[in-house]
Amino acid sequence: MYKPEQCKYTKTHEWVFVEGGEAVVGISDHAQHEISDIVFVELPKPGAKVVQGKACAVVESVKAASDFFAPVSGEVTAGNDALVAEPSLANQSPHEKGWFFKLKVSNPAELSGLMDWNAYQEFLKTAPAH
Amino acid sequence: MYVSITPKEREEMLAVIGVSSFDELVGQVPAKFLRPDIKFHQAHNEPELMARLEKLAADNKKLLCFAGGGAYDHFVPAAVRYLASKGEFVTAYTPYQAEASQGTLQAIYEYQSSICALLGMDVSNASVYDGATALVEAVGASMRLTGRKNVVVPQALHPHYLQALKTYYAADPDFKVTVVPCPNGLMNPAAYEAALKDAACAVLAVPNFYGCIENVHDLSAKAAKAGALVVAAVNPVSLGVLAAPGEYGADFAIAEGQPLGNPLHYGGPYLGIFACKKAHMRQIPGRICGITKDADGKRAFVLTLQAREQHIRREKAASNICSNEALCALTATIHLAMLGPEGLREAAELNVERAHVAAEKLAALPGFSLRFKQPFFNEFVLKCPGPAKKLRDAALQDAILAGIPLEGELSDCLLLCCTEQRTGKDIDLLCSVLRKHANVR
Amino acid sequence: MSAENPLTPKQQLTIEKSAPGRRAARFDRAQKPASAYLPASCLRKSAPRLPELSEFDVVRHYSNLARLNFSLDTHFYPLGSCTMKYNPKCNEEAASMPGFASAHPQAPDSAVQGTLRFLYELESMLCALTGLDAFTLQPAAGAHGEFVGIMLARAYHLSRGDKGRTEIVVPDSAHGTNPASASMGGFSVVTVKSGADGRVHPEELRKYVGPKTAMVMLTIPNTAGLFEKDIEKISAIVHEAGALLYMDGANFNALIGLVRPADLGVDLMHLNLHKTFSTPHGGGGPGSGPVGVRKHLIPFLPSPRVALKDGKYSLEDAGPQSIGRVKSFAANTGVALKAFCYLLQHSAQSLREISESAIISANYLRVKLKAMFPSHFDTYCMHECVLSTVPEKLGGVKTMDVAKRLLDKGFYAPTVYFPLIVPEALMIEPTETESKAALDSFVQAMTEIYQEAQKDPELLKSAPHNLPVRRLDEVGAARTPNLRWN
Repeated sequence: MYKPEQCKYTKTHEWVFVEGGEAVVGISDHAQHEISDIVFVELPKPGAKVVQGKACAVVESVKAASDFFAPVSGEVTAGNDALVAEPSLANQSPHEKGWFFKLKVSNPAELSGLMDWNAYQEFLKTAPAH
Repeated sequence: MYVSITPKEREEMLAVIGVSSFDELVGQVPAKFLRPDIKFHQAHNEPELMARLEKLAADNKKLLCFAGGGAYDHFVPAAVRYLASKGEFVTAYTPYQAEASQGTLQAIYEYQSSICALLGMDVSNASVYDGATALVEAVGASMRLTGRKNVVVPQALHPHYLQALKTYYAADPDFKVTVVPCPNGLMNPAAYEAALKDAACAVLAVPNFYGCIENVHDLSAKAAKAGALVVAAVNPVSLGVLAAPGEYGADFAIAEGQPLGNPLHYGGPYLGIFACKKAHMRQIPGRICGITKDADGKRAFVLTLQAREQHIRREKAASNICSNEALCALTATIHLAMLGPEGLREAAELNVERAHVAAEKLAALPGFSLRFKQPFFNEFVLKCPGPAKKLRDAALQDAILAGIPLEGELSDCLLLCCTEQRTGKDIDLLCSVLRKHANVR
Repeated sequence: MSAENPLTPKQQLTIEKSAPGRRAARFDRAQKPASAYLPASCLRKSAPRLPELSEFDVVRHYSNLARLNFSLDTHFYPLGSCTMKYNPKCNEEAASMPGFASAHPQAPDSAVQGTLRFLYELESMLCALTGLDAFTLQPAAGAHGEFVGIMLARAYHLSRGDKGRTEIVVPDSAHGTNPASASMGGFSVVTVKSGADGRVHPEELRKYVGPKTAMVMLTIPNTAGLFEKDIEKISAIVHEAGALLYMDGANFNALIGLVRPADLGVDLMHLNLHKTFSTPHGGGGPGSGPVGVRKHLIPFLPSPRVALKDGKYSLEDAGPQSIGRVKSFAANTGVALKAFCYLLQHSAQSLREISESAIISANYLRVKLKAMFPSHFDTYCMHECVLSTVPEKLGGVKTMDVAKRLLDKGFYAPTVYFPLIVPEALMIEPTETESKAALDSFVQAMTEIYQEAQKDPELLKSAPHNLPVRRLDEVGAARTPNLRWN
C-alpha cells in the first residue's frame, strides 16, 4: 500500500510514492473515479526514460483515452503487469494493486514542486469537474 | 427531387420557426454568397435516367476476362447479392446504437470470425478501404511496434500497393522501402536476407503480382530471426488451398477482399482485409465488434476497443479511418457462408487447375512460353513473341481481355488469370485468338 | 453445442448452425487435387473453420439478421453530421447493371468508355457545385479525402520551397478525423477554441495562424450546425499567412446549390458522396470522399486522373508533382455511379430545394423541441441543430438515456455527445427527405420522453425495453475482448 497521505500529487491527478531513489507512480482515487471503468492501460517499458509532465502512459475507458503524465523524471525499472492484465485494479485499488510503474528518480528536486496530500485535497476542492 | 415537404408545409414550418422568409433563416450567410449562378444540366426523370445509363453501360465492352492483377472475376451465388442488397443492411449507418443495430453488428462479428479462420489469424477488424490501404496500415503498425522504419517488399508487390505505401509515408524522412528483386519470379534469397537488417517488417506477397508463390515458411522464419515482423499480403480465394498466413507465423495478414463475392466495378468499392496476432491487437485500425451481454445477461454484439479510434484519440489515433467498407465485408461474409470450407476448396482447386491447363496450352503456342517456372495459383506471366500491349489490344477485337501487359523488361509479357469462371472452351478460344494475333507488332 | 445453447435460432451465429457435410454453393470438381500442381510446402494444412450451411440456412439467417437493424428504409434516422437522407433505388439498379459492375479495372481505356465518362462528368458536376477547378474521385471515404487534402497542402508548400509549414490548425469542434488525418500526414495539430457562440472567431484564429501554418481545416457549416459568418475575415487571415483553407464538406447538404465553397475562399475540400449525394452507408461503408481543388493545387492531385481528349476518355498518370496514389485503381466507382445518378436527376433549382428544405426542417425541430431540450446555441441553425439534455431538470436523465428511449419509440437516435464543446449534446439532422409528418412524430416521441423523465426517470435510465436486446455492457466487452468464434 502506497498510503495516499504519504504520496505526492500532480495537478493532472497522478501520485508518486518515493522510497530512497526509487519511486512508484499511479493515478489518484479522484482520477479513477472521473475516468470510471478503466478497460485498458498502456505502460512504458522498463528502461524507458520518462520526463516530468510529459505523457508516458495511457488509460482508457470505454468512451475516453487519457494520458498519464510522469509526475517525476527518471528511468522505468518495472511496470505493473497485473494492472495491464486486469486494468480494473486501477479502479478498485488505485494506491495498492493498481500502481502503474516504478522508476529510478533522476532529479529528486522535481518532487518539491508537487502537492502533498493536504494540498491535493485543497486542490480538488477548487479544480473544475471534468 | 426527393424533398418530402410540400410548398404549403414549407410555409407552415417557416411560420412555426418564426421567420417570414427562408432568407431570414440563413441570415448568418453573407448575402452575396447566396444562390450563385450554377451551370447545371436539366433534371432527368427516372425513365430518362435509366435510358441514359443503359447507353453509358453499353459503352463499356463486354469481354471474356483473363485479367487479374488485384481484381478477379469469380462466380458469385445469387443469394449473396440478394441478401447483401437488403435495405436494412444497405441503408443503415455505422452501428453506433448497438441495441438497434444487432443485425449489422452480428454480421461484423461473423465477418471477423470468418476472416480469422480463413487467414489463420487471431484478430480481424471490421475492414479498411482496400488491399493497398490495408497494407499501408499493417506497415504503419509494424513501424510503431518495432521502432524501425525500413520496410522490405518484393519487386513483385502489386505496384499500386507500393505506390500507396510511398504516398502515405512520404512525410516521414526515416521511412525507407527496400525493394528485393525477383529475377526468376520470386525474391532473390541473398538480397532478401541482406534487406532484413534493421527492418520493421517483411512484406510477403502470396501469390505475388506475377502470380508466383514464395517459400513462405522459410521467408517468414528468416524475418523473425532478423527481428522483423511479417506482413502477409494474400489472395483470400487462394487460401482454399494455399497455406494460411497464421500457419507460417505472419504477424499481420492483409488482403484485397474483392474476390469474396464483390463485383469488379472498375476498381471499387472493394474490401481491405486486415488481421493480426493477438499481441498486436492494440495496433488495429478502425472498427472492431465484440461480444458482450445485455442487462438481462443475454448475448449481444457491440463496437469495442473504441478508445484506439480517431473519434476519441483525435490527433493521437494511429489511423484516421472512420467509414470503412462494411457492405463489402457483409458480402464477403455471406459469400464465405455460401461456399463453406468445401466450396472454398473446390473453387480454389478449380482455379489452380484451369490456370495450369491454360498455362500449359498457351506455352505450347509457337513463340510463347512461361516467363517464370514457379508454383502459381490462378495467375501466371506469359512471354509473347512481340509487344504484349499490342497483343492485348488486338485480342479486344475478339471480345477477349487477354490479361495485363507488363512493363519495362517484361514488356513482352502478359499477366494472365484464369479463375473457375473460365471453362476449357474459353481457354481454347484465348489460345486461338493469341495465336491469330501472335505476329502483331 | 446446440444442445446446451440457450439462444434461439434467430440469435445464433452461422457457425452455431453449422452441420458437417451440409453444402450451399457447389462448383465443378477439379480433375486433380491442388497437390498435383503445387508443392506440398505451399499448401494449407487444415481447412478453415467456416460454417457448413444450406443456401436456405444462409438466406434465413441473414434475412433474420436484417430484421434486427434499424435502417433508413425502415426508420427515421436523424444522425447528426451523417446526412441520412433517402437512398434512391434507381441508383442501386444502375450500379448493378452488368455493363458497369463487370468492368475490370485493368481493362484498357477503350473498353471502359462508359465508366470513364461518368467519372469524368461527375467530377465536372462537383466542380460546378463547389466552384472549384478540379476533383479527384480516388479517396474512398471522407477521412481518406482529408488525408489527401493534407498531403496536397504538404506538396504545395514544398513545391514553393516553403519547408517551415509543419502545423495544421483545427477548431475544437472538428470531427476527430481532422486532427487524426493531419497527424497521419506528419503535421502537428494546433487546436483553436470555438467562441461561446459555437463559431471560430477571427481574432482567436489569428493567434494560431502564421508562417508555420500549412492549412486551416474548417467544417462548413460547423458541427454545431452553424455557418462561419466571419468566413471572409477567416479566409483573409489564412491566405495572408500563406496557408491554405480546407473545407471539410461533411455538412455540404446545407449548402448544395445554395453556396459555392470556392466563393468563400476555400482552396480545397472533400465531399462525402455517402452523405450529401445520397449513396447508402451500408452499415459503415463503403463511402467516397472526392477532393476538389483550385487551379494552383491541380498538379499535386493523386494519380490516376480521368482525362478527355478528342472525344475519348482515358485514365492518365498524374504528373511529376502528384502526391501519388492513395488506394488501388481509380475510385470507389460503384459509389460514384450512384452519386452521378442522383445528380443527373437534379437541376440547379432542385439542388437548392435540398439545402433549403434541410435547413427548414432542422430549424423546425429546433424550435419545436427547445423548450424541453435547450438549443445550446440559441440561434437559427443550418441543416442540423444541437440540443442538450439537462439532467438536473430531468431526474438525472442523461442524453444517452434519451437516445436509448428513442429507440424504444421506433426512432434511431441522434448523434450523441458530439460536438465535444456542447454538454450532453443531441445533434439532430433530419434531412430534406423526411416529411413534416415524420418530423412531427419525432417531436411527439421527444415530448413523451420528456414527460416520462419527469415521472419515471428509471424508465429511461434502463431503456431500451422494446428491442431485441437491452442496454449493453460495453465495459465488459472492452475488458475481455471476444472478437471471433474459436
